[in-house]
Order: sequence, then structure tokens, then C-alpha cells
Amino acid sequence: MSENNKKSFLEKAAESQVWKSIFRGGGVPRNRRQRMMSVLNSVFLHLHPVRLPKHAVKLKFTWCMGGMSFFIFLILTISGILLMFYYRPTIEYAYTDIIDLAEQVPFGIMRELHRWGAHAMVITVWLHMFRVFMTGSYKPPREFNWGVGVVLLLLTLLLSFTGYLLPWDQLAIWAITVGGNMARATPFLGSEGPGAALLAIGDINFITMASDARFILIGGRFMGEAALLRFYVLHCIGLPFIIMIFMAVHFWRVRKDGGISTPV
Amino acid sequence: MGSFKEIVNTISNPTILFTSVLILFPFIFPPTDWFDKWHRKLGLHHLWGTKAIIIATIGMTAFFIYGLGDYNFQKIVLKPDNVPISGMIFLVVFFTWLSMNQAYKNDELLDKGQKPDEFYEAPNDKVLVWPDLVYVELISLIIMSAFLLVWSIGLPAPIEEPANPTESPNPAKAPWYFLGLQEMLVYFDPWMAGVVLPSLIIVALMAMPYIDRSPENSGFYSYKRRRLGISLYMFGWLVLWQLLIIVGTVLRGPNWNFFGPFEYWDVHKLEALTNINLSEIIYIKFLNTGLPSNILVREIWGILITLGYFLILPPLLAKTILRNMYEKLGVARYSIFIVLIITALTLPIKMYLRWIFNLKYIISIPEYFFNF
Repeated sequence: MSENNKKSFLEKAAESQVWKSIFRGGGVPRNRRQRMMSVLNSVFLHLHPVRLPKHAVKLKFTWCMGGMSFFIFLILTISGILLMFYYRPTIEYAYTDIIDLAEQVPFGIMRELHRWGAHAMVITVWLHMFRVFMTGSYKPPREFNWGVGVVLLLLTLLLSFTGYLLPWDQLAIWAITVGGNMARATPFLGSEGPGAALLAIGDINFITMASDARFILIGGRFMGEAALLRFYVLHCIGLPFIIMIFMAVHFWRVRKDGGISTPV
Repeated sequence: MGSFKEIVNTISNPTILFTSVLILFPFIFPPTDWFDKWHRKLGLHHLWGTKAIIIATIGMTAFFIYGLGDYNFQKIVLKPDNVPISGMIFLVVFFTWLSMNQAYKNDELLDKGQKPDEFYEAPNDKVLVWPDLVYVELISLIIMSAFLLVWSIGLPAPIEEPANPTESPNPAKAPWYFLGLQEMLVYFDPWMAGVVLPSLIIVALMAMPYIDRSPENSGFYSYKRRRLGISLYMFGWLVLWQLLIIVGTVLRGPNWNFFGPFEYWDVHKLEALTNINLSEIIYIKFLNTGLPSNILVREIWGILITLGYFLILPPLLAKTILRNMYEKLGVARYSIFIVLIITALTLPIKMYLRWIFNLKYIISIPEYFFNF
């Protein structure tokens, strides 16, 4: 009895069957071995190695921008799922659903969280890349992972870009119109791109307004229902699916390529 | 104070802004020993000292607070989707300073023959992830969550009028992170500014570690030993990326005309459109013959210049000033590197050709949508 009193509530709880069943090994990590095991035995924490060089835990060195990007991605996923309950991707409802979110939900900040989070993620990804460059961490043996990171940057921008259209207001469609018009100028594959006229047999052009890169992007010759649906599916399913695969590879390769870069 | 605003409006004009940045840049981020000598003589290395960042932060904050008193400045800076850019300017300045500050300290240590600050004696110097890293992560998560919550409560997400495909706003702008690309549309046709150059940015970034591939000087901040690489990257990142975004967002108003940060966005501001093509300069201005009807004859000068630029310049450089680099990199790596660099250089070249000669296109074949 007297021995039990010395233990804190946390320690007692940590010895219960329930705790032990959830956190493999159980017990509050107090000594070196337990601390190592707490990382090894957790599916989330074992992304990390067990031990790190000193500079790897200093904010001055890492800026924590990669971690922040991933964390914001999680915030965006959660707030995005909540927004999907209330948003219908049709011209008829899209705009009014967004207005409803702003006007009918008391203290509603899900859309704000999603929009500002998206902007913040673009910035954190850039700064992460900048840090990795400045420490020379793109050099061998990490050159492939740097490339994966560049793809992740591109996907981040595309996710933000596709999401930009969804409110279906003036800001949205004209921003996407400006971006989408670029596709029309794609060499060979855009109806107004150099070389497109060469892809023809006699008078029959293969690359027209109804078959070029822009048509594929917005699902029609004009910004409309098809563009909205296309961007919605890409934003909510297509691009997140791809980015998660690249993120998995990115994190895995960080470990495999020797963890955080260190002076040789 | 009115004159201060006028001065800011004047020097933000892309011609002045870009020229001064272009001249100052190699002295701030010296790519060679010669520039480094002047960098130190001019005292620019003090930029990476503690005093400089304090002064810069106070100066920038004061400028923003002062600017917000101005209606036109306020209108463009407080536009909800532009708010992230203001934050980004502060972050980019701070993190550039933070990395350069540590780089210079490490350079000094290495010059003295010591190890960089990040060096550790494996394996004794390692720390445990639990708790040393997880608590840093936890605190960062909490700070970031708090920051996003405050931002979300304080600033409503923008929603404008319902979409109306028949009524285009003036100016129609892409999302802010693409405005650097949209700014390039002033100097290039969409196929270059919107497709080829963005693709090449991605390619160049991916190619980087295969060109600069010595694993030396990695894992810690340093400058001196990676001078050229960092200088080039900084130019791309700070000037061609960040600065162009700021110009595209803050300084471009109706009809994509230039407006100073304190200038009213007047839809009726007139700018003479007198841009002419190289073929017109040659055939009409110099030869007084009128444009030939044959496309090839008409554009042959531009085609020759472009071919010369991309095909003759690289080997010429390899034989002369870039000889060491050519020998170090080999044919394949050198070719990829130099083509990417001189393609990036077409942007400033076209900027100056536009500003000095009103030149629109070097090659202009609108018949096939090929304008360069």
C-alpha cells in the first residue's frame, strides 16, 4: 500500500492492462531503454530514428518547416473533409454553399482554416526547400529525395490551384481562367501553342479548342460545370492520393538516405 | 511625407527596381572571389550580423505601418489573398538572414581549421528522439495551430460576387503564388511564360543535385565554399521568384500597367504601346523596304540570333571564361547546366530589350503562334 502511494497517477495508469495494450511495452518512459522503445513501438513515431545528432533538434538548424508542411497538410485534410459535408460542386450550389458556410455557421472558421492553411503550406514548403538547399542537403546521397521534394512542391501548388476554383466566385473563375489559358499555349498540345498546326492531316487539325490541353484541364471549351467538377475531384481525391504516395516515399527516403544531413 | 511616397512609387518601377537589384545582387551574394572582396570592402557582410536583422525588421515593420495609413497601399496589401505575401516577405528576409548568419559563422570556423557548428562526435553526441525531438515538435504544432486559429478568426476568407464568365475583372490575376509567372507574360508569350519556363524551373530544380554533386560541404550552413551555387540559387529564389511575385501582386494594376505601392489604380492610366518586333526594326526602320512576305526571310535575323545564343554561346563559354567548369562537369552536365542558365537569362535580357528598344519579339511568327 505504502509503495503504491509513491507512484503518480500517470504511472499507475501506465501499468494498467488497457494502457499496456495500446502502447506496446507500457510504463512511462523514464530510462533510456524505455524512451528508445517508445519511439520504436509507435507506428507514428517510428518515422523518426531513435537517436539524432544534436543539431537535428535545434530549430535554428531545421526551422521545422518540413514538419510544419506535413502538419498543415493534416489540418487541411481534416478541415477539407468537414467542408465536403456542406459543399456541392455544381454551378447551382457551389457559391451559395460557401455563402451559407460564412453566414449560417456560428463561429465557423473551417473555410478560413482551410484557405489560410493552404497559403501557409505553400510558404512552409518553399522555406523547407530553401533550408534544405542552404544546408547542402540535396547533394548525394539525397539527390533522388530532393527530386521527390520538387514533385511535392509542384503538387502543393496544384492542390492550392485546384482548390482556388471551388468557391465559384469572380475571384475563383478568373484566377483559374488566367491559369487555364496558359494550357492553350502549350507547344504542340494547345490550340494556340506553337507547333499545334503541324499536327494535322490536310485541313483536319487534331489540336483544336475542343481537343487541346486546356480542354483536358477544364473539361470543355469554356469554364463551366465540367471544370468545377474536374477541379473538385482532383482537389479532393486525385491530387491528395498522389501527394500521399510521394510523401510516403519522401519520408521513407529521408531515413534510408541517412536521416537528417550532417557534416561529413 | 508626400515626397517619400513619390520616391517609393518611382523606385518601385520595374526598370529601376530590377536594375538596382541586378547591380547590388552580386555584391550581396558574391559569386566569385572578386565580388567577395568588394562585398567585404563595402561592409555588406554586416548584413548577416545581429544588428542588421533588428534594423531590417524594425524598418520593414515601420514601412508597413506607415504604408497602411495610405488608402492605396492599404487596399492592395490588406486584400485578403495578399495578406500571406506580407507575411512571406518578413519570413523570407528573416530566414535568408538566419541561414546566411549561420553560414558566415561556419565559414569563419572552417577558415580557422575548426569543425562547423553542426559537427558532432558520433555516436556519443546523439540525443534521444523521445523526449528531445518530440517536445520540439509538439511545441511547434501548438504554435502553428494557435497561429492558424488566430489568423482564421481574425481575417475572413474572401468571397466575391458569384462567378460571371461574361464580366472579366481588370486586372484578372492568377493565385498569388503564380503571379511571378504571370509577370513574365509581360515579356514572353504564354507558351514560354506559362508552359516552357515553369517546366524548366521544375527540371532545373531536379537537375541541381546531379550537377552540383560533390557531397562536401553538406549538412551545415556554409557560403564561402559553395559560393557560386548559392549565389545562383539565391538569384532564382529571391529575384526571379519572390521579387516577381511581389511585382505581379502589388505593383500591377488595371491592364497590367505598373502602379507604385502608393498609387491609385486608375483604369484609364495610359501607357503607350509602341512595342515592335525585331523584323520590323530591321526591315522597316533600317532597310526601309517593308516586311518581306516570306516568313523565313522575314524572321531569319531573329532565328539566327536565337540559334547563335543557344548553340554557339555555350561552346564559346566552355572555351573561355567557363573553361574550368566545363572540365569539371563534363559535356553532358555542362550542356544541361548552361542551357538552363542561359534560358533563365533570357528573362532579364528580354526585359532590357523591352525597356531600351521597345522590342516585343525577337522571332515573331504569329501565323504558327510562335513568338519568342
